[in-house]
Amino acid sequence: MSAQPQRVAEAEPANAAPARVLGGVILAVENVSLSFGGVNALSDVSFDVREHEVRAIIGPNGAGKSSMLNVMNGFYQPQRGVIRFRGHAYHGMKPHAAAAMGMGRTFQNIALFRGMTVLDNIMAGRSLKMRRNFFLQLLRWGPALREETEHRRAVEEIIDFLEIQHIRRTPVGRLPYGLQKRVELARALAMEPSVLLLDEPMAGMNIEEKQDMCRFVLEVNEHYGTTIVLIEHDMGVVMDISDRVVVLDYGRKIADGTPDEVRSDQAVIDAYLGVTHS
Amino acid sequence: MFYREVGQFKSSYAADQALLPILQDRIGIAVILLVAFVAVPLTASGFMLDSVLIPILVFALAATGLNLLTGYTGLLSLGTGGFMGVGAYSCYKLATIFPNVNIIVLILCSGLFAAAIGTLFGLPSLRIKGFYLAVATLAAQFFLSWCFIRIPWLYNYNISGSIEVPTRTLFGIPVTGPTASSETRYLVVLSIVVVLTLLAANLVRGRIGRMWMAVRDMDLAAELIGIRLYQTKLLAFAVSSFYCGVAGAMLVFLYLGSADPESFSINQSFLILFMVIIGGLGSLLGAFLGAALIRGLPILLRHAPAYFGVSLQSATVEQTSYLILGALIIVFLIVEPHGLARLWQIGKQKLRVWPFPY
Repeated sequence: MSAQPQRVAEAEPANAAPARVLGGVILAVENVSLSFGGVNALSDVSFDVREHEVRAIIGPNGAGKSSMLNVMNGFYQPQRGVIRFRGHAYHGMKPHAAAAMGMGRTFQNIALFRGMTVLDNIMAGRSLKMRRNFFLQLLRWGPALREETEHRRAVEEIIDFLEIQHIRRTPVGRLPYGLQKRVELARALAMEPSVLLLDEPMAGMNIEEKQDMCRFVLEVNEHYGTTIVLIEHDMGVVMDISDRVVVLDYGRKIADGTPDEVRSDQAVIDAYLGVTHS
Repeated sequence: MFYREVGQFKSSYAADQALLPILQDRIGIAVILLVAFVAVPLTASGFMLDSVLIPILVFALAATGLNLLTGYTGLLSLGTGGFMGVGAYSCYKLATIFPNVNIIVLILCSGLFAAAIGTLFGLPSLRIKGFYLAVATLAAQFFLSWCFIRIPWLYNYNISGSIEVPTRTLFGIPVTGPTASSETRYLVVLSIVVVLTLLAANLVRGRIGRMWMAVRDMDLAAELIGIRLYQTKLLAFAVSSFYCGVAGAMLVFLYLGSADPESFSINQSFLILFMVIIGGLGSLLGAFLGAALIRGLPILLRHAPAYFGVSLQSATVEQTSYLILGALIIVFLIVEPHGLARLWQIGKQKLRVWPFPY
């Protein structure tokens, strides 16, 4: 199992629009139920995510979207059901194990290391890829120094890609919200994930920041071939950038399909607009 | 105006990631090291070496150790005194059992014992956090203090209950014990502290340092990027206790010359915690500044009035230094929680852009 993302876009002719080739199912959620005490956060949810696609999870507030992501990368253990990653079923998976398998994640409310600089935050994202042992690190000599430089180069590529060169040395805590969101994406990208779970990447942004973020998400998807699972409330964004959408309401899946199918689904319209009980 | 990095271009990542990327800093450190290694031993008085510089260096190393744990990894520990004691007593036992082994090797080995004990008491750190962890390390402190009193084997069944440092030589020159000269002990302490500080600086700049800081700033996100919290925290406990253990061994062998359990009491733990807080959490420089301030201030207060022809009773001086120290800690917690190291950084930034405000 390789964590190296496949570069799909590079295989295409330069002048043609890069048509992404969707692969097989990379991540499947099978009959997952999760409850906290008496509250059923998720009940019997199943859907799949295909390689290289942009998969959106939408639903009204409290529908269980974030819980779904938390189950997918091991923060919560579902009471029933399994997460299948590249065909293997996982029970009781820990977040660091999910990270090692190639799942990156960003949070709804930013979870950056506030005391560290942007550079250190993104470099920390590569901790898993750095192998030199404690004693070489202690001496910072030879292989350890080379490793540090190699990873710095990779991190600088991500910094260029996300256009955050000017804030490289700034402690994250001092950055404005929009940039913090971008740094969090950068840190997730530094892990070179094959699946990227984005929890409301555009929440609280103005229209320009949203456009930038959409561009980055799409470029990540096209350029690195990273599979993207995102939660988003902005329907315009969701309908524009996602390949398939799954809709949750009160912890249940009520619709699943292309943006057009979902948009015209009566259950979805009811969930968002409410139904009259007469 | 001399502190400018204009015209200093870096053409490789290695140069950009160097310990001291700015030329003036490199010159400054070189001058400080030159003075410390050559000028000070040649000129300083025995009092200056014995009562000022050696203790400051020893406590700076202990504060560095605590800083790795509390400042970098965010785990509050009140067991520093106990871990220093483990270093001191194991060095004493090692020196008794292996009288012919190089004493510096023994001092460093005793750090390993402290690291083992520190790791043991770090085991609860995955489950308990913050104040509760501090209480758990407090238990370690009391337990270790109890051991130093109640296990006579540790002090070779000495009737006084204290340990007396035997004379050990290095290349024929006595390094420890009553016959060792201040200059020799100073140079040995300085060398060990410089080397260990350099290693600590390497560690905190690299992957391990980033993992520690990630755990400190947001442990959930750290786990998410693949950091195993437990191993990372235990490593911090081990490395931190190693530094404290070496500092404890040096405290007895190269500074005090003898020690009783009181030397490693809870007061010592608090004193070192104050050094770290006043110096600056998460800064290696801060450990030195904090140690210099807390050890140096009482000495300064004791000797300053004499210069101005004012004679004060020693009790008055002692009370005053406690008062001032207490006030300083409160002022720092309010005004600059990042301590002296941050003030130093702000000063440097001002120098860089002088005469412009930014």
